This record gives sequence, structure tokens and C-alpha cells, in this order.
Amino acid sequence: MEAHAAQSPVAPPRARHFRLPGVGTGLGRGYVVLWLSLIVLLPLAAMTDKSLSEGVGQFWDQVTTAASLDSLKLILVCSLIVVAINAVFGTIVAWLLVRDNFPGKSIVNAIIDLPFALPTIVASLILIQLWGKNSPVGIDFALTRLAIVVALCFVTLPFVVRAVQPLLIEMDKDMEEAATSLGAGGATVFRRIIFPNLLPGLAAGVALAFARALGEYGSVLLFAGGKSDTTVTSILIGQKIEQGNEVGAAALSIVLLLMALACLAIITLIQRWGSRHERAQGAGAGGFTIPASGGGLAGAAEDPAARPPGSFGGEDLDTGAPGTAPPRRHEDDDQRE
Amino acid sequence: MTISVNSPANTSRTSRWSLRVLGLGYLAVLLVAPLILLFYKTFEDGLAAPWEAITSADGLHALKLTLITVAIAVPLNTIFGVVCSLLLVRHKSKGNWLIDAAINLPFAISPVVIGLSLFLLYGKQGWFEPGLSEAGIKVLFSTPAIVLACIFVSVPFVVRETVPVLQEIGTEQEQAAETLGANGWQTFWRGTLPAIRWGVAYGVVLCTARVLGEFGVVSVVSGNISGETQTLPLFVEKNYENFNLPGAFGAAVLLALLALVVLMAMNLLKRKEAA
Repeated sequence: MEAHAAQSPVAPPRARHFRLPGVGTGLGRGYVVLWLSLIVLLPLAAMTDKSLSEGVGQFWDQVTTAASLDSLKLILVCSLIVVAINAVFGTIVAWLLVRDNFPGKSIVNAIIDLPFALPTIVASLILIQLWGKNSPVGIDFALTRLAIVVALCFVTLPFVVRAVQPLLIEMDKDMEEAATSLGAGGATVFRRIIFPNLLPGLAAGVALAFARALGEYGSVLLFAGGKSDTTVTSILIGQKIEQGNEVGAAALSIVLLLMALACLAIITLIQRWGSRHERAQGAGAGGFTIPASGGGLAGAAEDPAARPPGSFGGEDLDTGAPGTAPPRRHEDDDQRE
Repeated sequence: MTISVNSPANTSRTSRWSLRVLGLGYLAVLLVAPLILLFYKTFEDGLAAPWEAITSADGLHALKLTLITVAIAVPLNTIFGVVCSLLLVRHKSKGNWLIDAAINLPFAISPVVIGLSLFLLYGKQGWFEPGLSEAGIKVLFSTPAIVLACIFVSVPFVVRETVPVLQEIGTEQEQAAETLGANGWQTFWRGTLPAIRWGVAYGVVLCTARVLGEFGVVSVVSGNISGETQTLPLFVEKNYENFNLPGAFGAAVLLALLALVVLMAMNLLKRKEAA
């Protein structure tokens, strides 16, 4: 405080961003890059190296064996079914949590995150108790393809709910009320107003859920098992590792890795599209948008707990778009027409 | 424009109730019923069997190993998370998108794939094999591999939760502190950190949950040796495979209780943050 205090009024505050100690220097940047490289990138590089260690031909042969192709087809189809189911039910649940009032709502809201918090192997264990041969309700579909779908529904449910929830919180009720007063029925209001508003969040949530479903291992392991017709790709990779087929496991892993990267790229595109849309509508400058952090601020009015845990928060680091403020569409003009 | 006032209200009441039945029914069947059944099955024959399983030598070792991985992985990723968030938000540069993309990787990649990548890096014929065996350090199938695996999967959480908060608080306070003569560290400890603390704490909770429950990655790199490289989730799996159901259930309930604590912490922190 001593020497600087006298100087600072003379020197006007710098216009550029305030710099915190060390972070922006080579040291801070070096630490971040080194950590990510050692922890994340180096192992992935070693795996890529291994997958190609016996040539591209061998890589291709490993990926295109009947078992590999079957497993890929199975997990893709199951993941598509699962995200479709959760897109519908996740939206319904998010709707109930934001717009409805019923006793125990806050408990329901908290329990949505259970699949995040519960270890996947425990999920597998309890699902097989409920839907296995000891089922208390007498329904046994363990070790079938239906079990894969149910396990994946369990683990991906929060992604959709938490992606849609902040958007619903932010959405103006005025639009819906206006539409209703003009005679639109519930279905029309949903199709013309609610759904378009939710679409960016829903799409991002679905892409995230899809990425998670593609790679899911623990929850499928005990419940759906590795029978010939229930072996998804992650389980097959596990089997190949146990058999000592490292090249085969690595090659198949590269395929899963590429699919995950594609999902990440799609999520980024959706967010770009969302924030551009927002700017195009002039909402960002017009004071309509509450710059909420994952719904934190905006939720304060109605529901503080709408933060997607482990979400990719919608931040657009390159453009500095505000927070994770979900993109909003203002269609008042269209609707009042 | 003559619409009866009553009919839309009735329709909306019907649709509201059908939405409730659908949504809450789905949650009940998918999430709540299995959880209740877990507790029922564990305790239907009394507390003795699950308690014995958890307090067996292997059970206690698994618990200890799990806590050790949490104690190492979570602080390391918390420090990294805060520094990385400051870098991404306050020090914009052209290369930041690459860092951003790399941080998202552990979210999207399958646990088995992460496990395999570590297995290949540190295993025999791995890139580090010559140096490690010369130095007499055993990574694979021992505690270091488990810790590395847990650090890998939990890298994104603190960053992802801190970045939006940092963006939201802006730089006015930091600049004001600087104008008043505070140096960088003072500004960070007294200004920035208190402002982002709930976001960081939320990330820490998610990070802890992930490390506590990680199964796929650890199962590949640990070798799953009872009493040596077995974490609690692996303990659950091994006991289930060996038809020791009380053991599996006992550990599973312990993990489920920890998950419920995590849920409560998440809820509490979200409220703090919103306040």
C-alpha cells in the first residue's frame, strides 16, 4: 500500500485487462500447458502411436472386424435411442422443475444430479438388482440390449435436464401468455414458442449426453454385460485389453476418441450458433439478457439450482460472450403478428 | 377471438397433470426405485454383514486408497483449475482455444479409452518404460497409476465451474484494488478469490465425486488387486463378481451415501452462489 498508493492516482488504470501475478507470464502458461500435456495429451499420444504401430492396414483390420463393427453399431443405435428418450423426458422434467409447483420439488431437483454423483459401478449394481433375475417386480431384462438403453438413460439424464433448465428459467412468460391470449393452444405454444427457445440448450445437452453414452463403461458392465449381442465398444475395448490385444484395443479407442471429438466440435458449434443468434437479435446489448452464470443469477428469482454440473458452460472464450447466458430468441414480433 | 376462458384452463390442468405423471414417474422408476432398493437389499439382513465387509482388511484398504487418491488428485486439480481459469478469462491469447479444447477432452472420452492410454504410456513397451524401470519406479498396477488416472478424469471440473464466475465478476474490483495500490497477490487473495470461491468450491465437489467413484479408468490401470490396488468402486465390482453380495452392497451403500453428501453439498453451494 505504501509506495504504490502515491503513484497510482497519477498513472490512470490500464485499459487492458488486469493481470494477476504470474498467470499471464510464461510461467503460468507453461504450467497449464505442461500439466495438460503430461496428464491428458501425452497418454492419448501414446495410444495413437500404439494404434498405428503395426501400420495403417492393421489399424483398419482391427477396426473393421465383425465384432468391432457390431459393437460400434450397437452403441451408436443405443445412444441415439437414449438421447431421444432423454430429450423428451429431460425436457418434461426441466419443465416441471421450472414452471410447476409440487411438494418435494427441491428434493426432485437435487436428485437429478444423482447419476453424476453416484459411481457408475454402483449404478450398474443397483440396476441389476431392480431389473435382474432377483427383481422384486418380476421384470428381468439384465444382460439384454434393453439393459444397455436403461443404463445409458440413467447416466445421461442430468445432461439434458440441466441444459434445458436455465433456458426455461430465462424465458419470458409474456410470449407464451401473448400467444395464448391470441388463441394458441398448448401444443401450438410449445411448438412455436417454447421449443424454438429451448432448441440450442436442448441440442447441446443432447450432444453431451450422446458423447457420454458412447463411452459409458461402468454402468453397462454388470447390468448389460459382455454377451455376444450386448458388447458395446467400451466393453469390447476392455475385453481386448484383457486378452493382451493392445493394438486392437488402441485402434478401437481411436475410433471412440474421434467420435467424442466430433461431439465436442458439434457442441462448440451449437454454442457459437446460439451466441451469434443472441447478438443478431440485439438481445445482448438491449438489456434483455441476464448475464447469468449457468443460470445462477437468473435462477435466483425462481430456482437457484439450475446449474449443469460438469457442463461445458456456454462461455465463448474467443469472443468473450457473457457467461453461460443461454441464447434466447425474441419472437414477440412474429407472434404478435 | 372468442375463446372460452374455461376450456384452456381445463386443458392446461389436464396436461399439467399428465406432464407430472410422466416426468416424475420416469424419475421414480429410473433413479429413485433403484436407490431405495440398494438400501433395502443392503440392510434387509441387518447391519452386520455389510459392516463386516467394509471393515474387513480389504475393505478398509480400499477405503484408504480411495481417500488417498482424493487427497492427491483434488488439490492438484483445484490449483490447476484456478490458474487455468485465470489464464483463459483474464489473459486472452490466440492459443487459448487449444487449452480450452484439451480441458474438455476428459469429459468426452470413454473411461476405458483413458485407462488404455495410461496403460500404454506407462506399461511395458510404453514411452516411459525404460526410464521408469531404471529408476525402479512402478507406476502401472500400483498407486501412482490410480492417482494419475483420477487426475486425468477430474481435470475439467474446477476450470469449468470457475470460468463462468470469473467472467461474471468482471475486472472492476481488481482494477480498483490495483488503483488503491494492492499488489497482484493481495488483489488475488482479497479480491478475486473470495469473489469466485463458491464457483471453485462447486468445482471441487464435482471433482471429488468423480475421483471417489471413478471405475473404468482405474479398473484398466490398477490391476484390481485386493488389498493393494483396489479402490472402493473396484471393491464393489470384485465382490459382486465373486458372489460376495454383502461385501458389494456394503461398499456400494458407502459410495451411495458419499454421493448423497455430494448432492447436498452441490445444492448448498448453488444456493450460496445464487445468494
